[in-house]
Amino acid sequence: MSDAAESTSPVAAPRLDVSALLQLLCIGGLGVAVLAVILWVLAQWNEGGAGEAVDLATGTVTLTLAQEPPQMDSTRGTDQVSFRILGHVMEGLLRYDENDGLVGAMAERWRIDDQSATFWLRPNARWSNGEPVTAHDFVFAWRKVVEPANASQYAFILYGIRNAEAVNNGEMPVEALAVRASDDRTLEVEFARPVPYFDKLTAFATYNPINQAFYESTDGRYGADADELLYNGPFVISRWVHGASLRLEKNPAYWDADRIQLNAIDHAYITTDANAVLNLFKDDKVALAALNAENLEDALQQRWEINRFSTGSVYFLELNHRPERLTSNYHLRKALQAVNDPAELVYKIIKLPGNLPGNSLFPVWLKGVHGHFRQEHPAPAHTPDEAQGRRYLARALDELGLEELPPLVMLTGDSPSANKQSEYYQNVFKQKLGIDVKIDRQIFKQRLEKMTAGDFDLVAAGWGPDYDDPMTFADLFASWNENNRGRYSNPALDAQVDIARSSSDARTRMGAMAEVQQMLYDDAVILVQYESGSVYVAHPRVQGLVRRVVGTDPDYTNAWIAPLGAG
Amino acid sequence: MLRYTVKRLIQGVVTVWFIATATFFAMHAVPGDPLTSDKAVSPEIRANLEARYGLDRPLVEQYWIYLTNMASGDFGISFTQQNREVNDIIAEHFKVSATLGILAIVFAAFGGILWGAVTALYRNRAPDIVIVFLVILGISVPSFVFAAFGQLSVVKLNDWLGFTLVPVAGWGTVQHMIVPSLVLGLGTMAFLTRLMRSSMLEIVNADFVRTARAKGLPATRIFRKHQLRNAILPVITVLGPSIAAITTGGFVVELVFAIPGLGRYFVQAVQQLDYTVIMGTTVLYGAFLVFMVIAVDIVYGLVDPRVRLD
Amino acid sequence: MAAATLSFEPVRIERDVETVARPSLSYWQDAWIRLKANTRALISLYLVIGLLAFTLFGPLIWRVDPAVQDLDQISVPPGAGRDVTVVNAYTPWQGVTATPLPGEPGRTLAAPAVLAVVGEPTTRAVRLRWEPVPGAASYRVFRNIFDPEPDGALGLPIGDVLNPANVSFEDRLDLKPLTYYYSVVALDGSGAQSDRAAATVAVTRVITAAEAAQKGLIEQASDARPGDVLQLQVHPLGTDYLGRDMLARLMHGARVSLFIGIIAPFAYVMVGILYGSVAGFMAGRADQILMRFADFVVALPFLLFMILFRILFNVQPGDDGIYPMMVAMILLGWPAAARLVRGQILQIREEGYIGASRLLGAKTNYLVLRHMIPNTMGVILVTLTFAVPSAIFTEAFLSFIGMGVAPPTPSWGSMCNEGLKTMLTTPHELIAPAALISVTVLAFNLLGDGLRDALDARMRSTE
Repeated sequence: MSDAAESTSPVAAPRLDVSALLQLLCIGGLGVAVLAVILWVLAQWNEGGAGEAVDLATGTVTLTLAQEPPQMDSTRGTDQVSFRILGHVMEGLLRYDENDGLVGAMAERWRIDDQSATFWLRPNARWSNGEPVTAHDFVFAWRKVVEPANASQYAFILYGIRNAEAVNNGEMPVEALAVRASDDRTLEVEFARPVPYFDKLTAFATYNPINQAFYESTDGRYGADADELLYNGPFVISRWVHGASLRLEKNPAYWDADRIQLNAIDHAYITTDANAVLNLFKDDKVALAALNAENLEDALQQRWEINRFSTGSVYFLELNHRPERLTSNYHLRKALQAVNDPAELVYKIIKLPGNLPGNSLFPVWLKGVHGHFRQEHPAPAHTPDEAQGRRYLARALDELGLEELPPLVMLTGDSPSANKQSEYYQNVFKQKLGIDVKIDRQIFKQRLEKMTAGDFDLVAAGWGPDYDDPMTFADLFASWNENNRGRYSNPALDAQVDIARSSSDARTRMGAMAEVQQMLYDDAVILVQYESGSVYVAHPRVQGLVRRVVGTDPDYTNAWIAPLGAG
Repeated sequence: MLRYTVKRLIQGVVTVWFIATATFFAMHAVPGDPLTSDKAVSPEIRANLEARYGLDRPLVEQYWIYLTNMASGDFGISFTQQNREVNDIIAEHFKVSATLGILAIVFAAFGGILWGAVTALYRNRAPDIVIVFLVILGISVPSFVFAAFGQLSVVKLNDWLGFTLVPVAGWGTVQHMIVPSLVLGLGTMAFLTRLMRSSMLEIVNADFVRTARAKGLPATRIFRKHQLRNAILPVITVLGPSIAAITTGGFVVELVFAIPGLGRYFVQAVQQLDYTVIMGTTVLYGAFLVFMVIAVDIVYGLVDPRVRLD
Repeated sequence: MAAATLSFEPVRIERDVETVARPSLSYWQDAWIRLKANTRALISLYLVIGLLAFTLFGPLIWRVDPAVQDLDQISVPPGAGRDVTVVNAYTPWQGVTATPLPGEPGRTLAAPAVLAVVGEPTTRAVRLRWEPVPGAASYRVFRNIFDPEPDGALGLPIGDVLNPANVSFEDRLDLKPLTYYYSVVALDGSGAQSDRAAATVAVTRVITAAEAAQKGLIEQASDARPGDVLQLQVHPLGTDYLGRDMLARLMHGARVSLFIGIIAPFAYVMVGILYGSVAGFMAGRADQILMRFADFVVALPFLLFMILFRILFNVQPGDDGIYPMMVAMILLGWPAAARLVRGQILQIREEGYIGASRLLGAKTNYLVLRHMIPNTMGVILVTLTFAVPSAIFTEAFLSFIGMGVAPPTPSWGSMCNEGLKTMLTTPHELIAPAALISVTVLAFNLLGDGLRDALDARMRSTE
């Protein structure tokens, strides 16, 4: 009895309160003390902090990176971040200037005809260790690109050079690559077929030179660290703390060092979190932040100057043309195409200025013969038409001998925008055509695996340009292209791509690519969604920042910091 | 004691070997491989890539090679960061994660024990209700919301002060560590608070407490020697695995605060199917966890004499 | 004789008189009585019943399809205006052209003279035109939701007009029934901007009669003529980023979230209790082996095995992946609870009353079920209540990367994920699901507390 009576009452015996609380406070105090000691010790263990967004006195701009550059070996790099850094620390034969014009970089003069090209290098082009940049450095790097053992994923971009493809496939020795240094300052290239845009190709990072002696001295670690690289560009990597920061400093050995006004570019933060970057920008810690549809209103409230630019990529739903798939039916594809409304997608779902409703695989910024390709060859007119869509669907069902269409599978990625867009399309096809769409959301590698295996009916895909010529888009749906994941195969289209590839006459080439544009629409090969754009805010004192479609982006090589009050 | 420790360590090595083996075969069973990329490549280049990384060999042979390399401390080269050795990645980023994790766990443990004891003492009265309410908020709001709010508050604070008191993001100084470790430790603190409260309440009425009280011991001594010390045992039990989990599970916090920790590698490696990094991080986590469990068991024996180490 | 009959009879000994007794209560009966007397536990019971009603009967009352997208009302907060004006169908606009005027070299560009709205500004399109500026190479149009004055914050660069012959712009981007501040500037060849021409535009929300009929706002398209004002659908809790009804999504999302959030933790905590008590009770070598196996399971990479489980279960695209997800959560989630229970049992088995009970001949089963598990209940319940939100958010994460439920099936966790991105502009998208998760957790915490008090062997009631 008493046992039970006691056990319920003293649960919170009042006499315990004060002293116990005091003890707890003591424990709390001890905790704080321990914390302080640990903090101090840990602070000794870790290093460094970052400065303000811009620092005029030291000429430093502080920025963020989306990720650590995964591959700084230019022969093997494939991603945007690596290319962005490479664009600041390396230079190829040619480069893009602030108005997106091609100018000489390592090459002082060049000559390109249907069969060959010759580049004459600058006498004052130097590596950061003082050695001159020679034609041999290019020969070495280009051979490295096509060398089978190097397994470069961008090797195809050299296939315009004679024997490059054969070398890459292991059918010829690397020495067979038709690139020759006739002397230290003259580089000669022979083509497999006319490559009228070869000048533009040489501005691409895969065409960068590499110093052979240095490359071999790194013992396979070329590009792994700041001191495992030799630089010939405007900047050098001065400090690279993996995963944390990457600091660029002006390269005194750069041949055109007078042009460079910034002393340092400090990539002090590495994160993909857009809100984190925006918060850093608000706190005046970084000089550039991209905006997304969700934080636009916040940016307006802050009364920032907002900029936009086109990123150059085109996004589309790729249809599966393998014969066993329903989407190989022409009328079904036309039905889906008829209800595709890119304007609604861009204006109501994506909601970010700078994105344009897509009408064609060939984006509006591509250059044609004289002006823009799309002005010379307008995209096929497309008006969403639900009734027409239903008629096409009825015919498709007829042809397929089906009462009702089984659900289609839409393969998509795991990004928030992919989610949003796939759910939008799921609803569109359901509401307008009564077609059920199952969304197959997959993480990166699984999605690629399924794309390659053809395990989808529709897949959300996109394509970004490698060089500034419509050709970078035109051959995407050629039957031989590995990136043609829907395995679309049309001899007529292949023929036009062949013409566009091998002709040296600009008018003929553009005409052939206009044919490709029309065929892609007529045969409903893909459902074009949008041309992507980006919106960003930059520190008002950073001037001369260049954002561009093809080439290094963002490009700080022409940037400078305005004095206080001038911005 | 020494014999016990050695025995446990040997068992630990065996456990880690099992973990490594299971993970190795599991990741190879998943469709796709680290070599698939955004840009499709020709079969010839693919074959070259496979040969380069030794993926063209039979699986058992790969396993054997991997195991012997691992035994000599070599975890290979990352597939996504192609020039970096997994050893380097772990060495560079683990210390950051460990720093963050230790801070978070210290914060969580002290906070949890403190608040838990307070709630138990003030059971069903105002402090208890307020703290329990906060705890519920703390566990039902996910960490990414706290991280976002935490960062936003820092921005507002700095804006209001006119200078940077606490950095918004980044890593390096003590100021950088405070907010992220608070955010990271919040969930664990809420858990420990509840656990502490619950086990305190059981102890409050335990026989030995009653005996102590009957002996006329002062309340403070009963509280410290009898109640707290006993109530803390379940907290210690979960603390070990919590340290391992918190140190490696800081993905969201690391992302939001741009901290160069190891957490992101745990998530990204699987998504990218970066074989060597998956293995490296899993083995590290396994070893860390096993070690923490051993440490906790030993501490347990020290705190609670009734538990014999044998 | 008869009269003398005395009605004596032996006094019955009323044994019960002095005893205050009641029927003996079993442990569980007693627990139930105490649970009922606990107000917090009762509140939690009502909360649980409320949640179940919301989940099961809600969709029967609020019959809105959670997948239907109302693109006229995207991210609308609760209680927003629903007026919409009927207009004719949209026709593309050719724009306005003017002969470009040559500029004088070296002179800065003037601002466009007039910025006028062509036609009615509606949520479908705002059409602007301006006077050509001499020397302009292109024009840029800005839009703001705040007044650009005094500091000239022009706002969003909504479009570039690259052809100087074109002096008009049609804005269709995400127009809401608000007042917008438009600005147009001219740019010269080098990209230098002129001053701005400004226009303040109040936009009205519009719909065509056909669309209204399709949405069920009117019976048929002929019921409304241009100029009529209708009311859009009601969304009591607003809509999400695709214009879907939040209330309907919360009701349907509750099925997934509560199912996963209750069944999975319950299952793996059960497994944990079983495993942990066996390990703790057996102790010695068996305990060692069992606990090393638990360490092994904890260290396995969850995501990797999650992928494997999906393959094992042969989950097809678009299928409901909820069962493989649950299996994975149970198979990989139990060790934490097991470790905790084992720790407690190890401690309890040394207690005096266990020894006493054992001496009295108690069987193992009895010892574990009667003495040990009830005494670990507090710790178990804490684990359980914490496992609820963690399961809900694990589901959200897995669904996000395509390993959970198939879209467009909603769940509270994924609604939180989505809502977080717009928490500053449209907080209702985060608050509603987060509040429901909190209520669920609160309910289980209170219930757990109540149960703990009720089940605690040392607190058995004495009445």
